[in-house]
Amino acid sequence: MSTVVENIPQVVSAKGVKLPIYMDNHATTPLDPRVLEAMLPYFTEKFGNPASRNHPFGWAAEEGVENARAQIAKLVGATAKEIIFTSGATESNNLAIKGVAEMYREKGNHIITAVTEHKAVLDTCKRLEKYGYRVTYLPVGKDGLIDLEDLKRAIDDKTILVTIMAANNEIGVLQPIEAIGKICRERGVLFHTDAVQAVGKVPIDVNKQNIDLMSITAHKLYGPKGVGALYVRRKNPRVQVSALIDGGGHERGMRSGTLNVPSIVGLGKACAIASEEMAAESKRLAGLRDRLKESIMSRLDETYINGSVEHRLPGNLNISFAYVEGESLLMGINDIAVSSGSACTSATLEPSYVLKALGAGDDLAHSSIRFGIGRFNTEAEVDYVADKVVSTVLKLRELSPLYEMAKEGIDLSKVKWAAEAH
Amino acid sequence: MSYSDKVLDHYSNPRNVGSMDKNSNEVGTGLVGAPECGDVMKLQIKVNPQTHIIEDAKFKTFGCGSAIASSSLATEWVKGKTVDEALQIKNTEIVKELALPPVKIHCSVLAEDAIRAAIGDWKKKQAVAEPVAVATK
Repeated sequence: MSTVVENIPQVVSAKGVKLPIYMDNHATTPLDPRVLEAMLPYFTEKFGNPASRNHPFGWAAEEGVENARAQIAKLVGATAKEIIFTSGATESNNLAIKGVAEMYREKGNHIITAVTEHKAVLDTCKRLEKYGYRVTYLPVGKDGLIDLEDLKRAIDDKTILVTIMAANNEIGVLQPIEAIGKICRERGVLFHTDAVQAVGKVPIDVNKQNIDLMSITAHKLYGPKGVGALYVRRKNPRVQVSALIDGGGHERGMRSGTLNVPSIVGLGKACAIASEEMAAESKRLAGLRDRLKESIMSRLDETYINGSVEHRLPGNLNISFAYVEGESLLMGINDIAVSSGSACTSATLEPSYVLKALGAGDDLAHSSIRFGIGRFNTEAEVDYVADKVVSTVLKLRELSPLYEMAKEGIDLSKVKWAAEAH
Repeated sequence: MSYSDKVLDHYSNPRNVGSMDKNSNEVGTGLVGAPECGDVMKLQIKVNPQTHIIEDAKFKTFGCGSAIASSSLATEWVKGKTVDEALQIKNTEIVKELALPPVKIHCSVLAEDAIRAAIGDWKKKQAVAEPVAVATK
């Protein structure tokens, strides 16, 4: 009585590249086989509940969990006791923001974040606004970075928390978190960072960067889905968060619920691998990314990189192809898994708010493609992707009235468009 | 989003791509949509001055696959029809033919608008052209 789930059909290109190619590693990453191997015993012989303190089944599970806690802590310069396990980054962001908001309500009601944050942060902040909190949404520049002077000006005597992401999920831009942490520390404000895209990709050190709370997830890091962690600083200062989920008092009372042991072990192993391999891997990914960028941009005019090139995740490339709509481009490269900021690919039919925040204009948001290069991508795949993207863009530009008009010298921004109301 | 075979076919092999001389009196041009909305269609028709039959149609579209398919289909459908017959084409017929999902209905609306705009442009040219023709007699 099982449902038949078909595997993704695979073919091989003329040059021996396996298709489809997965290049959407900001959405999720494939599980590293080494992570899977570490997890497997915890589904079977080590199935115990780590909260069972009186028998070896519990001890074995607890050992797996505590080992994972240490592996995660080591990757980010924390201590094991500062790692709280959650179901993933959305929960970690909720716990950090709502948990601090409730715990420090006496001290103040003002929170500072940025317009390009993930919805798990923005919508959490919006909810708090309904309960009487004030939220400042810092703008970003064309490069996607916040202005530190804006941050300094925004902090007032009611500010309890600054929450700014380490790396953006769409444009890969790295915020200056060390400088932000320093400002927060000087002003006595807690600093939370959503670091799901950054952990294991770029160096993170919670002490050097003055991070008080940090969200981590496993599945962006070649670990399993459905597990994450929140780093909560224990000293200088000692940070406390109110629990969102009450129950058996697990995780020092901050997050009740029986621990998801196999996944936690997987998160730990993923972090251990990252500790070992991050330096070499980020160099390799940056090389592949630059190869992709050069190969595409040297062959196509009017392509634009969204966000800072300098302050960027090694595996990220986000390009707008002027005069070509993103969804139609995705259709033309349907043997490559990437994503677009186009409205047509979003549930809300709105173009990417992150790209809009850069001030690039809706038309360029509609034309954007995000490439997320990861651990298992190869040079041959990058070359295949570049060729396919270039030929598809050329074809769609032949089809594009906007490209034709631009080539005729018409300024598209001055055209009075007869837009149908929808 | 999964596409119907017909949308995929029009996307892969778009019919009647191209441009005609927009200054010609026989050509009507419709340009609808806006880049900010993610859809712009240009549809052109060439009309026989005697019979008012649309002898040729061309399009160019900036938009998603469904928008490309809707406009490609529109050019196929208007060809061989008189302008009055072409005005009868409804977006719902395009939706049905291409099996467009609800979120893509606006693509068909835009294609219908493009047909109307092209015919409107042609009619405007005729209204201007005729008195001039009389005056030069």
